Amino acid sequence: MGVILEVRDLHKSYGKVKAVDGVSFSVPEGTCFGMLGPNGAGKTTTIEMMESILAQDSGDILYKGAKIGHSFKQNIGIQFQNTSLQEFLTVKETLELFSGLYPKRRNLDEIVEVCDLKEFLDRDNRKLSGGQRQRMLLGVALVNDPDLLFLDEPTTGLDPHARRDFWKLIESIKREGKTVILTTHYMDEAEILCDELLVMDKGKIIEQGSPNELLRKHFGEPAVRLPVGAVPSGAQFSCPSDERNGELRLQCADMNTTLKELLDKGVSLNGMTVERRNLDDLFMKLTGRQVDITGNEVEL
Amino acid sequence: MKRFWVVFVARNLEFFRDTSSLGWNIIFPVLLIFGFAFAFNGSGQSAYKVGVFGDTAVKPDIMSYQHIQFIPYTNLPASLSKLTHHQLDMVLDLPARSYYINTESSTGYLLEKILHSSTNTSLERKVVTGKVVRYVDWFVPGVLGMNILFGCLFGVGYVIVRYRQNGVLKRFKATPLRSIEFITAQLLSRFIIVLFFSVVTFVGTDFFLHFQMNGNYLDLLIVTALAILCMVSLGLLFSTRFKSEELAGGVMNLVTFPMMLLSGIFFSLEGTPKVMQDAALALPITHFVNAARAIMIDGAGLAAVWGNLAVLALMTAGFLALSAVLFKWE
Repeated sequence: MGVILEVRDLHKSYGKVKAVDGVSFSVPEGTCFGMLGPNGAGKTTTIEMMESILAQDSGDILYKGAKIGHSFKQNIGIQFQNTSLQEFLTVKETLELFSGLYPKRRNLDEIVEVCDLKEFLDRDNRKLSGGQRQRMLLGVALVNDPDLLFLDEPTTGLDPHARRDFWKLIESIKREGKTVILTTHYMDEAEILCDELLVMDKGKIIEQGSPNELLRKHFGEPAVRLPVGAVPSGAQFSCPSDERNGELRLQCADMNTTLKELLDKGVSLNGMTVERRNLDDLFMKLTGRQVDITGNEVEL
Repeated sequence: MKRFWVVFVARNLEFFRDTSSLGWNIIFPVLLIFGFAFAFNGSGQSAYKVGVFGDTAVKPDIMSYQHIQFIPYTNLPASLSKLTHHQLDMVLDLPARSYYINTESSTGYLLEKILHSSTNTSLERKVVTGKVVRYVDWFVPGVLGMNILFGCLFGVGYVIVRYRQNGVLKRFKATPLRSIEFITAQLLSRFIIVLFFSVVTFVGTDFFLHFQMNGNYLDLLIVTALAILCMVSLGLLFSTRFKSEELAGGVMNLVTFPMMLLSGIFFSLEGTPKVMQDAALALPITHFVNAARAIMIDGAGLAAVWGNLAVLALMTAGFLALSAVLFKWE
């Protein structure tokens, strides 16, 4: 698996604010590469430099090992965070407009099929729901059959149902072998879609790896929780434990040992839950902060 | 070419489907012409107006009559031109012992009777011909100019700034579309739209008001087309840098209002201070209005208005060149 895009020591400042402060990474071909972080972390600035929309102050971006040239724009598809389109055009006309701008085109019927645009194809593009609009914009990003797709917070502002529909779309695009670079502040989205993750905060990369790798690295094996009443009083365990809200929480190094120990000590496993840590926890562990559904930090 | 074409088509669809602004583009100029035609239609003059060129010791009797206004002229052709356009009812050429009347003018006919019934000196009769120039005849070229002024400046300048502000330009920037392709599509689209509406305004108003058109239609079309080209280029110049619609709108209003007042759209600058008339010559619309009036009222040909055409062409080239240097997607 080759590297499709490589970023080397990228910097971008707005006045005194260092929006992107020395970022380097590579995006493997054919993967879904997620960039994660709260609002203002530098995700959009980074992705727009990768798209050649913004000029970097310093640093290099290599596409398939070479500096970005004139044909780069023909090989990528972009869905911006906020995209406005020309008004008074239908979805079909919008697709035709953008399709006409590229030398290499994908059959529009195929795009309609992939993005499920059929039911509102002749509707004015201003009269779409949030989910329909994002599907159309994804369609617009696909008109040139790009190798590399940039999606900047594609599901922000969508209801949970529309988000799930959109995830299915991205999954099907991934199956076509395209590389997807995605920014999001939804940890669940990143966990479901991304093969590789980059966690950014304050313009820097604070962690990188696959979701599972990262969770295992930072949280080890899942923790086990039991109702306090199920545990004989005075029982001692070999792994660290704490008690909260009437539950005993065991942070085990190895699940087999822990379960054996519990059974040996006569603990009933009825009511036991296995706690899987998610990226929210990871982000909190990494930054000491938490992010809410709008991407803003939550005061703890 | 394909890229240019799809952007051009999209822009036209956008314009013609925006029915509110479309209606405004048709209704406003027509209403304006009707309003002004109505307001200035009353024949306010109670007295007969006679231009008097030169001086002699013995004056014709008529010059002592009441209710006739005598206006001295030192330039005979100027007074005859006014007679042709019915701004004077008669001209007395005292040194040549002759008088001029306009054969199309009823007041001229009556004045001639008065002159013959009373004269102590015999004057030779000379005639000019020319239809009365109503305010509406004079105003129609002005309205065409105003259409061009607003249609082009706002239709190009404002629209591109709006595209920049709401991110349409950014979306295009992410595609292989080049700025020259985008800009020419915008300019050509607006050029055709404004030309179309100029023709609609012209034909529509003529249907009801039958204004004068003494020149060649093709000449007028050429002058109009050149003026539109000049103004879309100026509109483009305004669109090159502004990032907010409000700022661009404010600046364009700041520019269009003096243009509207100084370009001779509503009233003639004759008799205003010289500095004002000179300032008006720096405005492209002045050159359009002057050329269009010369063609429509005086029946002038292109050769007679070449000065106006040259200025419009030079300004167009200047605006385009400057825009090419200054244009930014963002």
